[in-house]
Amino acid sequence: MSETVMDRVAKATPTRVARRIKGLSDRAIAWIFVAPTIFLLLAVNIFPLIWTIRLSFTNFKANRPNLDVKWIGLRNYERILTDSDIWITMQATAHFVFWTLFFEVLLGFALAWLINRKFRGNDLWTTIIVLPMMLSPAVVGNFWTFLYQPQIGLFNYAISFVTGIDPTSFSMIGDVALAPWSIVIVDTWMWTPFVMLICLAGLRSIPDTIYEAAECDRASAWRQFWTITVPMVLPFLMLAVLFRGIENFKMFDLVVQLTGGGPGSTTELTSINLKREAFEKWRTGYSSAYAIILFVTVFGLASIYVKALNKVKER
Amino acid sequence: MSRFFSGLLRLRRGPWEMVASFLIALGVFMLMQPWIFVAFTYSFIVTLVGTVMFIAVSHFPEDPR
Repeated sequence: MSETVMDRVAKATPTRVARRIKGLSDRAIAWIFVAPTIFLLLAVNIFPLIWTIRLSFTNFKANRPNLDVKWIGLRNYERILTDSDIWITMQATAHFVFWTLFFEVLLGFALAWLINRKFRGNDLWTTIIVLPMMLSPAVVGNFWTFLYQPQIGLFNYAISFVTGIDPTSFSMIGDVALAPWSIVIVDTWMWTPFVMLICLAGLRSIPDTIYEAAECDRASAWRQFWTITVPMVLPFLMLAVLFRGIENFKMFDLVVQLTGGGPGSTTELTSINLKREAFEKWRTGYSSAYAIILFVTVFGLASIYVKALNKVKER
Repeated sequence: MSRFFSGLLRLRRGPWEMVASFLIALGVFMLMQPWIFVAFTYSFIVTLVGTVMFIAVSHFPEDPR
């Protein structure tokens, strides 16, 4: 009789180890295997979270470790939630998250739908479309600053070519009204391929037989799209929105490279503002409270979103 | 509608999760809306109550019907 994998593993186990684990229950052995991961999770995720919650009730400053740390209760939360600058930062984040998700979903789904059709050069186009996603956000932020240059930027010349406006008459990252849209455009350019790939996976998972049955029932292409394609891709699309929503809520690198939060604070997203409070002003307790507010917001949103996703999957 | 309220009274998961979800969504909207500053001030407490409620009620039994 041939040897199974388990037999080979048993034979390969050193005698000392084998003698030691002999007599342990399956449950105990399972715990031994899982324990390092649980320990790592506690050390890297749970402990810092609890520590941050504790710090958020103090006036601790990380650059002055010798200073007495005072327990100030909810004062940090009170200061944050009565600060009109933070309110504006939240609005900038909401604008960025909403519009990036809107355009990424719209364009990502449209691209996936087009790529899913069988045509010559299909794979080549998929590779070309996916390229922006593979670049580093810092690099993307940097080279888009050149594209947005009023004098030499290709973006301004493209807009000028289409609309006839003088390319030097506007600055995407220097104008208060245009700067929030400049970061939306770059994020959409970079991450639409990600949404496209997830939608493509959804589209390719729909069996052809469903469309064939719909054709037999004389369903129009429009009806097939709304009653077959959209409902079957929806769980994938929702997953993409969840990933991008969380990621954009804490967007930092791309925007810092592109606008640095300016002009003024029009593109200062919460993560940039938080970093300034924590590592430029060194208000550690205050920024811990800020981080907890953001954490609860994202956690709450993700909870209801996952619930909605499960409901869609059950249908 | 009466089923929703009876679910609330009998501590069923579905209706309570709906209330918690509504509170979270309301809290996030209050946090990011550009019109009323007082709403921004009270947004965190609404989101926090919703989130804690969501975690708690996810342990409630499902409605058998």
